[in-house]
Amino acid sequence: MKGMKGTRARGLTLHISLIAGVLGSLFPFYWTIVMSTHSSAEIFQYPPKLLPGSHFDENVHHLFQKIDFFGSMFNTLVVAVSVTFLVLFFDSLAAFVFAKFHFPGRRALFVIMMGIFMVPAQLQAIPQFVIMAKLGWIGSLTSLVIPAAANAFGIFWMRQYMKGSIHDELMDSSRLDGCGFLRQYWHVALPVVRPGLAFLGIFTFMAQWNDYAWPLIALINPDHVTLQVALSQLNSVNGTTDYGMVMAGALLALIPLLVVFFIGARQIMADLAKGAIR
Amino acid sequence: MTGIGAAPTLGAPADDGVRSVPARAKARSVLGYWRLYLAISPFYLLFLCFGLIPVGFSLYLSFHRWDGLGSMEYAGLSQYRYLLSDAQFWNSLTNTLIIWAIATLPMLFIALVTAVMLNSAVRFKNFYRFAYFLPNVTSVVAVAIIFTSIFSTNFGLANAVLQGLGLDQVAWLNTDWGIKISIAVLMTWQWTGYNALIFLAGLQTIPSELYEAARVDGAGPVHTFFRITVPMMRPIILFTLVVSTVTGLQSFTEPQVLLANTNNTSTFAGGPGNSGQTMVLYFFQQSFDNNDFGYGAAIAWGIFLVVAIFSIVNWRLVQRGEK
Repeated sequence: MKGMKGTRARGLTLHISLIAGVLGSLFPFYWTIVMSTHSSAEIFQYPPKLLPGSHFDENVHHLFQKIDFFGSMFNTLVVAVSVTFLVLFFDSLAAFVFAKFHFPGRRALFVIMMGIFMVPAQLQAIPQFVIMAKLGWIGSLTSLVIPAAANAFGIFWMRQYMKGSIHDELMDSSRLDGCGFLRQYWHVALPVVRPGLAFLGIFTFMAQWNDYAWPLIALINPDHVTLQVALSQLNSVNGTTDYGMVMAGALLALIPLLVVFFIGARQIMADLAKGAIR
Repeated sequence: MTGIGAAPTLGAPADDGVRSVPARAKARSVLGYWRLYLAISPFYLLFLCFGLIPVGFSLYLSFHRWDGLGSMEYAGLSQYRYLLSDAQFWNSLTNTLIIWAIATLPMLFIALVTAVMLNSAVRFKNFYRFAYFLPNVTSVVAVAIIFTSIFSTNFGLANAVLQGLGLDQVAWLNTDWGIKISIAVLMTWQWTGYNALIFLAGLQTIPSELYEAARVDGAGPVHTFFRITVPMMRPIILFTLVVSTVTGLQSFTEPQVLLANTNNTSTFAGGPGNSGQTMVLYFFQQSFDNNDFGYGAAIAWGIFLVVAIFSIVNWRLVQRGEK
């Protein structure tokens, strides 16, 4: 009797703590909605307004006057989509080779690739800027897409995935059927590893969508930037004190990303954790 | 596939076969793998152009003075010597470490406790995981903007709460500790859920017999947590520690956006008194505000050294844990 009561009390405490965590986790999102629906005058009042107001349209209108919101969102979309497709193709192709074939220098090449993982971005930032300037890419989206078109993380991830899921028998029988390398990649490997590709694609897209430091440096024309850089312009010294407008910008910029996350949430969360445990 | 196609003898010990034939045949058979080399070449070409050459060039640059436009001037070790005596660099290193410590340690502890609770809760588990992970997918820029409004001196929620409790207000983004705590809170909010999910996956690999044995022995939840959960989770705790260290020591966007409107001289200054200037922020300030590419490169190597030392220490901890 007493034991059961104790279990129930403990279960209740557990859920109360977990819900408190959820509130902490979600509150800043709610606060963004609250702030983006109030005028500046209301925001500076005390006590603060805790419920959404009625000035959202006005704030969004100001936002669109201040920055080229959809233009910069389009730039971000172009970069994120191009990088995602390039990464999926180049990384899965290289991963297929490393996972399923033997060739001279395989081990050395793989070790070199893993070593590259460790090189910090700062060591590359200045020379990359200089190289991009020489190529005439500074200020254009090309400077964001090309260096990101293939990466060690994706190759490593896909290789691990392919090792486990593409069976040797499948490779052998497809070869007996007369499949060449490219057809093996396209018709044998890719269909099997679709979930792995989905994770890599969503992960890459979100990382590109949120990328900030390099675009901030490489896109020198303030009127032609990505969404994150445009957002940060709102919050900078030459920005504004119209916080309802700034928050409306932060809110609108989140929406496409949240849509992608809702679609792939289960996969992303499961696979991220798997990578760590392995 | 015709002729000597790509690795026609898959699975066969191709390497050993190659070793025993003459050099010319060996070269020809290496060429026979051209499809495979072509397939992995994009990554290596990109790495060569935007990875290896830049790293080499930044080493070269660190021994030269260069503003990016004029001619380079050989400077020997003088920039490294200056780095060692540069108070602002040491300040940025201290800031980075303080912010890392007050963000990471509470973060990992809260994440572990959350994961243990999630592991024992059966209902709504997917909802909880989703809600906890949401901050991590949000862009750092948007998060920093949101936290700017929470920590604002004039209209921020944090001060409104303090005022409501009858306490003194704090100029969060204008004082030394206020700045550091604000950045740390932002990081903790963004990364706790991520770490909790990783811990949760780890917890699910701990055999339930251990917990049952503890329960039979009459151990309470706190005792079980510190005697079973923490020791069993040691490798995963260290993994998250390594990840948080490498990312934490290179933090840039959080202080940059959070403090961008608090200092009029540079958006990389890290707020009043450079209190929130991390190492990477200082690197950006010297490189891209002052166009001091040579000294910027020297700072980058300094950061690399710091990150490498911490990684090696972490690595040792991991290995000792595995013994």
